[in-house]
Amino acid sequence: MNNHVFRPLIVVIGIVALILVARYFYVPKDFGVYERGYMYSWHRKSDEQFWKDFKIKYQGKEYCKDCHSDKYASINKSAHRIIMCENCHGPAGTEEGVLHYDADKLPKLAIDRSREQCYRCHVKLAYPTSDRAKIRGFADPEKHNPGMECVACHNPHSPRLGGA
Amino acid sequence: MITRRKFLKYSLIGAAGMAVPTGLTVVHGGTPEEAKKKGLRWVFLVDTHKCVGCGLCVKACKQENEIPYDANVSRTWVERYVVTKDGKVHADSPKAARDGFTSPDIDEGHGHKRVIKPEDISKAFFVPKLCNQCENPPCVQVCPVGATYQAKDGVVLVDRTWCIGCGYCIMACPYGVRFFHPVYHTAEKCTFCYHRLGAGMKPACVDACPFGARRIGNLLDPNDPVTRIIEDERVSVLKEEYGTKPQVYYIGLSKEVK
Amino acid sequence: MVHGEIWTLKELFTYPNEYIYWSVQIVMYPFMTGLVAGAFVLSSLYHVFGIKELKEIARFALVFSFALLFAAPMPIMLHLQYPFRGINVMMTPHFTSAIAAFGIVFFTYGAIVASELWFLYRKHFVVKALALRELQDKNMIQWLEYLLYCTLTLGVYDVSEEALHRDEKAIKVLAGVGIPVACFLHGYAGFIFGSVKANALWMTPLMPVIFIMSAIVSGIALCMLTYIVVMEYRKFMIKRARKPWQMSLEEVKGAEMHVVKMTSKYLVLFLVLAITLELLDLIFRGYTAVKSWDVLRTVIYERDFYDIFIMQYGIGNLIPLILFLVPGLTVKRSILGVLLVLFGVFMMRWNVVIGGQAFSLTFAGFMHYTLPIIPHDWETFKEGLGGALSIFAMPFVLFYLISYVFPVFGDAKQEH
Repeated sequence: MNNHVFRPLIVVIGIVALILVARYFYVPKDFGVYERGYMYSWHRKSDEQFWKDFKIKYQGKEYCKDCHSDKYASINKSAHRIIMCENCHGPAGTEEGVLHYDADKLPKLAIDRSREQCYRCHVKLAYPTSDRAKIRGFADPEKHNPGMECVACHNPHSPRLGGA
Repeated sequence: MITRRKFLKYSLIGAAGMAVPTGLTVVHGGTPEEAKKKGLRWVFLVDTHKCVGCGLCVKACKQENEIPYDANVSRTWVERYVVTKDGKVHADSPKAARDGFTSPDIDEGHGHKRVIKPEDISKAFFVPKLCNQCENPPCVQVCPVGATYQAKDGVVLVDRTWCIGCGYCIMACPYGVRFFHPVYHTAEKCTFCYHRLGAGMKPACVDACPFGARRIGNLLDPNDPVTRIIEDERVSVLKEEYGTKPQVYYIGLSKEVK
Repeated sequence: MVHGEIWTLKELFTYPNEYIYWSVQIVMYPFMTGLVAGAFVLSSLYHVFGIKELKEIARFALVFSFALLFAAPMPIMLHLQYPFRGINVMMTPHFTSAIAAFGIVFFTYGAIVASELWFLYRKHFVVKALALRELQDKNMIQWLEYLLYCTLTLGVYDVSEEALHRDEKAIKVLAGVGIPVACFLHGYAGFIFGSVKANALWMTPLMPVIFIMSAIVSGIALCMLTYIVVMEYRKFMIKRARKPWQMSLEEVKGAEMHVVKMTSKYLVLFLVLAITLELLDLIFRGYTAVKSWDVLRTVIYERDFYDIFIMQYGIGNLIPLILFLVPGLTVKRSILGVLLVLFGVFMMRWNVVIGGQAFSLTFAGFMHYTLPIIPHDWETFKEGLGGALSIFAMPFVLFYLISYVFPVFGDAKQEH
């Protein structure tokens, strides 16, 4: 090209070429268009594995059954059977993937015995059209033995006074 | 794995997009027939009658998904709606309901509490919220770098190594489910506990809910109990008018729900 | 602390994750790209449409547009949580996103402006390079200068009549192509907002057009302002010591006032267009009154009334209109006028970006933004007053540096 008018264009093409080369080295090789097309699935495929490999903390009620069969049996007789153990006892797995089975590695579970934990359901909210209204509770719980832990009198695994 | 040839092909598609601004109107990918063959589409079903606002789902979610417990953001939350007899709607979700609803007073921000007398209430209920894993997720559409995407089972995920933190996806979501992770500083959202689904478990919030208000199912399995309810009973979704095709179905929604 | 929490006050019912995520730097971003686009369109008015009155300011506007161009992506960089990953926009662009176009449009536009500048200054580079080549015993700095100018010639030393004629033709073509690209650059900034269907205030197809109009307004205003400042400086220097090759004080004064008057006419034209479109948008929203109107009305007429109607429309639009339309325009009045216009356009960006986040997605709650003024960490600096002012100062510093290589006012010494 003898015409000098195209010189800037050559520079631009050079820069674009540089960007494309950089792109080849910079972009992970599994970056591409997947199942849901360019609009919804333009991504790095291996990131899906990252999310699959995320550590599970809450193991579920059945996880506790074998070692703590007595507790498991007692709570299953009470109205609290619908509550999973870890809701109060804390998750049985850690962020590092250590499980409660490995008792020497995992510190003792931190049990939530606070009044606030019970308030979640047992503060009376008489809400029409919501099942909350059906739960037994206190309109003003702070008037009922203030300062004491609820679990001092009510066994959470068998919450009715007197056992049943 | 993507081959080098494919990579070059998509580079060319990209280059074509550079030249033509109509790259903004790309057609939708993946037909329903294709998805059916693969046979997995995660959906969620929430029964608002059953929710009592205990917030155990939020507590479990935060711990399961490593969202700092005291940070004022959450992948899932519970809203309370109190409609009074004068027709006014009062709603709140203090601390995303992490500690449940333990007071009848409505949190109006700035430390203001609105006291509502029980006799003034005409209806009141709780609505759990989480990512809708939309069929047409606007958050994915607007990501400039391909850092958020929809997996083939419908779950929308964020690539923490690729997200630039522009916040466009947060702006694009009509449901306000996205936020910046306080530790990783990338866009963060509910994944239906993707790691638990992969291990054959249910999301942490589903397991934590004592009342069965939250359920998960596979929409492409006609025998799935959740699918049966979605197909046979009256269900609704949130903010349908945005055309996002949300995949969290609700029983007992009311017009007051935002 | 969650990003955005520190400057967001939430009121009534908002979703838990809602904060003002797009803060002052996102206000600066369309403001700066607006200035770029506006400055370029101003220079093109002369090069393409041959509006002779703008000759003096056209060259200046082009160089200034180039300086602004480098400052335009800076607000985005300061806004990103991962600024160094910003390159991903070029590496794996996702064109269904309006932001993905940024890299491409910005690069295209930069290439056009740079090429146009090259054609405009090619002769100057050649003259400089040849002069430096002849120079014996070059010192370090002169060697560097020589290298720089040799590079800038891109190896072309042909400055014959015919070659220069070709340059002019090329400039005309580039300026012509540049207008739609400049409009696209800024129109798409409007599209970034206008296409967010989740945001009731932003979502309107008028948004890109409104952005382009106000962009041109702000670009012209900034060019006028800088032009006046430079001319005043020259007058001041002439008063101190006039050299024979310089214009006389009266000549400069006359030329200055002539340019200012001509340019202000275009300023008023685009200002009227911008206001008309904005009012159309407002009236249309009120008239159609869809679901979101209740909360928008509260934001527009109550919570943001002062910012919108006093600061933006009153001080930023109405007063400058009066200032420019009353006969007998003076330099002082023009300065006040363009300053207010710039302020008005900034407030318009503010009211779009911040105003769009002033209400919750629930339509039942509000969020109030407080600009961090005294920074106590990096985040409150970069997304605070300090960051915004740094961005605003940047093009002026760049212009000062660039004008060494691209002398703006026809370097009287050489060409006369």
